[in-house]
Amino acid sequence: MTVHSFQEHFDSLIDREIAIEPKDWMPDDYRKTLIRQISQHAHSEIIGMLPEGNWITRAPSLRRKAVLLAKVQDEAGHGLYLYSAAETLGISRDEMYDQLHTGKAKYSSIFNYPTLTWADMGAIGWLVDGAAIMNQVPLCRTSYGPYARAMVRVCKEESFHQRQGFEIMLTLSKGSEVQRKMAQDALNRWWWPSLMMFGPPDAESPNTESSVRWRIKRFTNDELRQKFVDVTVEQAKVLGLEIPDKDLKWNEERGHYDFGKINWAEFYNVIKGNGPCNKQRLDARRKAWEDGQWVRDAAMAHAAKRKERSATKAA
Amino acid sequence: MSLEYTLRLADDALILGHRLSEWCGHGPILEQDIALTNTSLDHLGRARSLFQYAAEQFNNLPENEKKTAVTSVAIQNLVNTGNTLDEDDMAFLRDGWDFRNVLLVEQPNNDWAYTVARALYYDAFAFYFFSALQNSKETTLAAIAEKSLKEVTYHLRWSSEWVVRLGDGTEESRERMQTALNELWSFTGELFNMSDAEKEAALSGIGVDLASLQPKWMERIASVLQEATLEVPKGTWMQEGGKHGRHTEHLGYILAEMQFMQRTYPGMEW
Repeated sequence: MTVHSFQEHFDSLIDREIAIEPKDWMPDDYRKTLIRQISQHAHSEIIGMLPEGNWITRAPSLRRKAVLLAKVQDEAGHGLYLYSAAETLGISRDEMYDQLHTGKAKYSSIFNYPTLTWADMGAIGWLVDGAAIMNQVPLCRTSYGPYARAMVRVCKEESFHQRQGFEIMLTLSKGSEVQRKMAQDALNRWWWPSLMMFGPPDAESPNTESSVRWRIKRFTNDELRQKFVDVTVEQAKVLGLEIPDKDLKWNEERGHYDFGKINWAEFYNVIKGNGPCNKQRLDARRKAWEDGQWVRDAAMAHAAKRKERSATKAA
Repeated sequence: MSLEYTLRLADDALILGHRLSEWCGHGPILEQDIALTNTSLDHLGRARSLFQYAAEQFNNLPENEKKTAVTSVAIQNLVNTGNTLDEDDMAFLRDGWDFRNVLLVEQPNNDWAYTVARALYYDAFAFYFFSALQNSKETTLAAIAEKSLKEVTYHLRWSSEWVVRLGDGTEESRERMQTALNELWSFTGELFNMSDAEKEAALSGIGVDLASLQPKWMERIASVLQEATLEVPKGTWMQEGGKHGRHTEHLGYILAEMQFMQRTYPGMEW
């Protein structure tokens, strides 16, 4: 086949909604886009362990502690399947870590915000995991097979996390005055960053067009953001909490909520590295990696010795 | 006395689970981060079962004994206002001197070698301990022991494999592993020194005769260290006190962090 006919074959698989598999020919840009997106997603899971991990040792009950530990562990598991999915595209986990540690690869900016109270464990589950699900459910049908299959599992667990987060918020909202205050304060801080999780407005999103064409992406940033607002506003009513947006209003004609202007300057500033915790998050990951070097070296050295010994035995 | 015995076992599980949970998100290898979190969850799960049982035992005490069984002000306030206790009260409202865990489990993680050394010493003990506790006359403890033994068998395999890997790995890992084993050695004697509560529990068929476990433990440690090409530490002086509520300085910080929410916002549902 010529490159031209490879391309035609690829296009026809995409058009017929047949999954692309690792051994199939794919355009370079498709491969690059996927590596970027999947590794970013994997890094987000790993960095995302830090803000929630921050409350494991301080969880207010033994049950909450166990649930939180298990949740953060799930995120490590998601990172693991996503790194594996990206590896099928010809990049190693170590290369991806290196891109993360040197700041070349991005991760979800939301994790650059601090977790200041226990209520943040509720708000992250409810809002951040809620927004992640909106972004991720369509990815279960994304055109690249290994990514789509990883996402099926990730989404199942994320929806469980989202319910746990909502349940924390519900318990707080039914609790004492200070607990309601804690819940409202967390909503105030996490609401706008959660809306930013869907990415820049469609008009300014550089990657949207080809990603939609390749069915890596199935809805635009603005479509997903609107869906998130519509669902979440109703949930906030159940909690008796106030969304921190004075322009939020039901629009009868559109059949959607109108909402206020997002502070995109803040979004770009956090992406640039100036969020409240960018430095701490990356430092923590680099430290784990550097402190772990001698452990990984020892494991490799020991495995090599074992192999050598069994070879000697066999000979 | 049976309550004190239950708390003695629960506190080991809670504090070790706490220490291991500190690794979550910071491990040297992603797969190991997941494995260690699993182990932490096992210890925490055991702590919960034991604290639930301890709370039940406490709530069944005669009123006058409730005044002396746990002396912390926060627990006494609950007792004086006619409340019953639950697992969280036991974990979060007792003071440092009420805790009965061995000193070994409260020692800091330091690095992977210390974490693995602490795990090996404890897991080898727990393996023989829960094997024996399965025969406890207290059916609740016997059931917890049976479940724990399955978990601990896996923990012991994990910690043994890591001691071997680090001992028989690189020069650096060997040195770090030996240092960690040596440094923590003085906390191993306490595992087998029986407190009055433990003696009484063993005599009445509820608990385990710890002295009888020591030779098996020693044999197991020696065999793992031999495979790891490491030396069994030679020190003979053993630290103790945890079983009597006299702890190292580390416990205070663990509790300050762990109990902060319950102490700052008392009497709330979370």
